[in-house]
Amino acid sequence: MKAKALVPLLAFLVLAGLFLYMLNQMNQGEYNPRDIPTEFIGKTAPAFSLPDLYEPGHMVSPANYKGKVWLLNVWGTWCPECWREHDYLMALQRRGVTIVGINWRDEAAEAKSMLARLGNPFERIAFDPDSQAVIEYGVYGAPETFLIDAEGIIRVKHAGGMSEQVWQEKFVPHLGG
Amino acid sequence: MMKALVIVFSLLLGGVALAANIEVYKFEDPAQEAIYKELISELRCLVCQNQNIADSNAELAQDMRAKTYDLVRQGMSKAEVGDFMAERYGDFVLYKPPFNAKTAVLWVGPFLIFVVAIWLMLRTIRARRAENETATIAEEQLSEAASLLEKDKDQ
Repeated sequence: MKAKALVPLLAFLVLAGLFLYMLNQMNQGEYNPRDIPTEFIGKTAPAFSLPDLYEPGHMVSPANYKGKVWLLNVWGTWCPECWREHDYLMALQRRGVTIVGINWRDEAAEAKSMLARLGNPFERIAFDPDSQAVIEYGVYGAPETFLIDAEGIIRVKHAGGMSEQVWQEKFVPHLGG
Repeated sequence: MMKALVIVFSLLLGGVALAANIEVYKFEDPAQEAIYKELISELRCLVCQNQNIADSNAELAQDMRAKTYDLVRQGMSKAEVGDFMAERYGDFVLYKPPFNAKTAVLWVGPFLIFVVAIWLMLRTIRARRAENETATIAEEQLSEAASLLEKDKDQ
């Protein structure tokens, strides 16, 4: 009788434990609902052609970077994480990494003033106020960074800020190929 | 107090009016308009993930509505637009995910659970019935019951 009375308690504890585990997994583990699996890995980077932020006559296009391994970084001055990762992008650029930016849903003047203050890690910046390229790349938040290889194939997609840890864990293993 | 309530309610209503204020797209072809309306109710907004892009006022949802409008106007069918979005945002963007290896459990699971539940129920009912049939009442218990009934009558 006594043992039977403990069954509901036990069931509760098991369920509570399961929920706690799932909560944790959803916040940072593999069940994170924000971590949407991308369809793009191993596929050709979608084409776009957008005016350069500084030089509206020049069109920025992934085709211009064929033969190069490069990063495509989606950012906006309205995105706090983009400010946070900016320093790290500067560091990557100093190491010789080619970074092309897509400035998303932004005012050109604000984007320029942010780069004037913090430095410009980008080789070119495609100005995309109407989310043209952003939708082509299945981007749903900023920042997002893609690694595109010499054949123009997307190797890595990272949603969220860049950091040394992310770089080492997610990007470096794909640099060789 | 009343005044405060009135203010609170009018503020709430103001919020509703703002939320309902989404852009209006014009179609020449009513069939395309119908496709567009179906699509925006079946595509998920990836920012506020439990809303479709028809209900969501997130900027991404606005962009996705604009893209959907463009594609439908270009003459794409409903399935083609769905594929276009799924290619970019994954099956997750579709509120009606396609049946494939990844989603099989999702589609078949409820029916499996239903079948198992029916089976369990039938088994329990049968077991109980068998128990009732084999159950016998001891002679003693019968006479005790009879005497109780007698007592009742006497009173």
